[in-house]
Amino acid sequence: MKSGSNLEKVLKSGQPAVTAELGPPMSADPHEVIKKANILKGFCDAANITDCQTAVVRISSIAAAAIALREGLEPVMQMTCRDRNRIAMQADLLGASALGLKNCLCLAGDHQSFSAAGRLKGHPGAKNVYDVDTCQLVGILKKMRDESKQEGGDPLEVAPKFFIGASWTPMGDPIDIRPMNLLKKVNAGADFIQTQGIYDIELFRSQMEKIRKMGLHEKTAILGGVIVPKSAMMLKYMDSSVAGVSVPKALIERMNKAKEAAGDDKKKARELQEAEGIKLAVELVQQVLETPGVRGVHIQAIEWESAIEGIVKAAGLYPRPTFPTE
Amino acid sequence: MIIGSQKPIDEIWGMVKDFHKVLVFGCNTCVAICHAGGEKEAETIATLLRMRASQEGKEMTVDFSSVMRHCEPEYFVPVMDDLKKYDLILSTACGVGVNFLSDRTGTIPVYPGINTSFYGAVESPGDFVELCAGCGNCILHLTGGICPIARCSKTLMNGPCGGTNKGKCEVSKDIDCAWYLIVERMKKLGTLEKLAEIQPARNWSTSRDGGPRRVSLEHIRAYEEQEEKKTESEGGKK
Repeated sequence: MKSGSNLEKVLKSGQPAVTAELGPPMSADPHEVIKKANILKGFCDAANITDCQTAVVRISSIAAAAIALREGLEPVMQMTCRDRNRIAMQADLLGASALGLKNCLCLAGDHQSFSAAGRLKGHPGAKNVYDVDTCQLVGILKKMRDESKQEGGDPLEVAPKFFIGASWTPMGDPIDIRPMNLLKKVNAGADFIQTQGIYDIELFRSQMEKIRKMGLHEKTAILGGVIVPKSAMMLKYMDSSVAGVSVPKALIERMNKAKEAAGDDKKKARELQEAEGIKLAVELVQQVLETPGVRGVHIQAIEWESAIEGIVKAAGLYPRPTFPTE
Repeated sequence: MIIGSQKPIDEIWGMVKDFHKVLVFGCNTCVAICHAGGEKEAETIATLLRMRASQEGKEMTVDFSSVMRHCEPEYFVPVMDDLKKYDLILSTACGVGVNFLSDRTGTIPVYPGINTSFYGAVESPGDFVELCAGCGNCILHLTGGICPIARCSKTLMNGPCGGTNKGKCEVSKDIDCAWYLIVERMKKLGTLEKLAEIQPARNWSTSRDGGPRRVSLEHIRAYEEQEEKKTESEGGKK
């Protein structure tokens, strides 16, 4: 075992892995994290704890991950390259490992101008760091774990043992470079990959065919991403504005129908769309898992953690495997 | 070249309003080409300041002049006596010129009349674009001649990230994704497979992160010293 994390154990056992996502609050209150951790606990093998996603200040990924771990939910701490240089990153990695965290997902991070897609003030005037990029960060984690060395070469008496993750946007632009993009992350040392949300399953499958030809699915565990849709509007927004996400018209149509079935009743329209969204997510989870080369799913129910239980159960992925503690 | 852009006149007025003899001092190389700080622009700023001074009832003389370059002493040494007649020099050179002159004007302050924007090129008349960040360690041979340090919003060395959207950067629909351009360019050059190589973490000490940088050419300095000695000994003979 590289890290001994629950996620690593599930993947090693050959069963499809399920990861979810927990977004820390814009507040110093730990209860939000505790509440969400308890909603997710038991329905996923690990949950990503986002690192100031959409470039908005929140409880740090490491702190929220430590809280989640205390609640019995295995966290995947996220680390973006946006906010720290390699000194701060490695210091945080040592600290995170000392706190008992075992999974780390390396990301470039949303640009500081993002400010929750303009919905919040954020900090668009911040200086970004990008001392290293995702590939290089993956390499740093691997060097720390496998060679007990810092990036600069100094020895580590006790190495942080992380199960190393990276993200992948299979349908990103330019699409023909994306397999090479994955190859680099795998060569850098990514043990697992979580993909950007998949709606266009045919396009995803054609990308996975290339990945299988390259043999990458055997060198890393690919978890296909599913973003649970909440409304027709959200699907349209993701299709038009979220990089690397294209939503087939038929799916938007299904959500539209659910919305229209409620007539003028706004509350009912929301309920019907949410129900359809969960149904859609279950189908996507199954389609992703049926894709050869895929080892699990990463289900993102953004600010809707309570949706995970139903999706995981309906997709036949419950109960989650457990392993005797060492 | 260095691209500059004009500062709002209100900001300039805020800097100069308490001085009485102001020289707007232009630079006729880079910043003249980009219409920010050459003699023509220095004249315009001087006119605007005179108008503002009279509107606000301030007693102020504002003149303008210019030299070819602010970044080499030989250009402004001949006008140094003129410069010393003023109690403020508003330089419309780039930041290099402002610094360089400021180190040489004794008690007279030198203030910036423009913003120094970037190292760039003239894409089309009136359109200037940043193409180099002066990071001190050029890797353009690895990226199809397109610089990810200057042109990628995240200075990624192993791009693209997941934010590329229809060839544009996640920051704005008006910004080309540098990595999209790199991929397309390298396809054309037939060198795309080179991108599979992982570029290691950079040594940023050649960039601004290593502190102010200096390039010293020993052979040129040695030659100059020799020439100086020659002149001195020739002078001695006379």
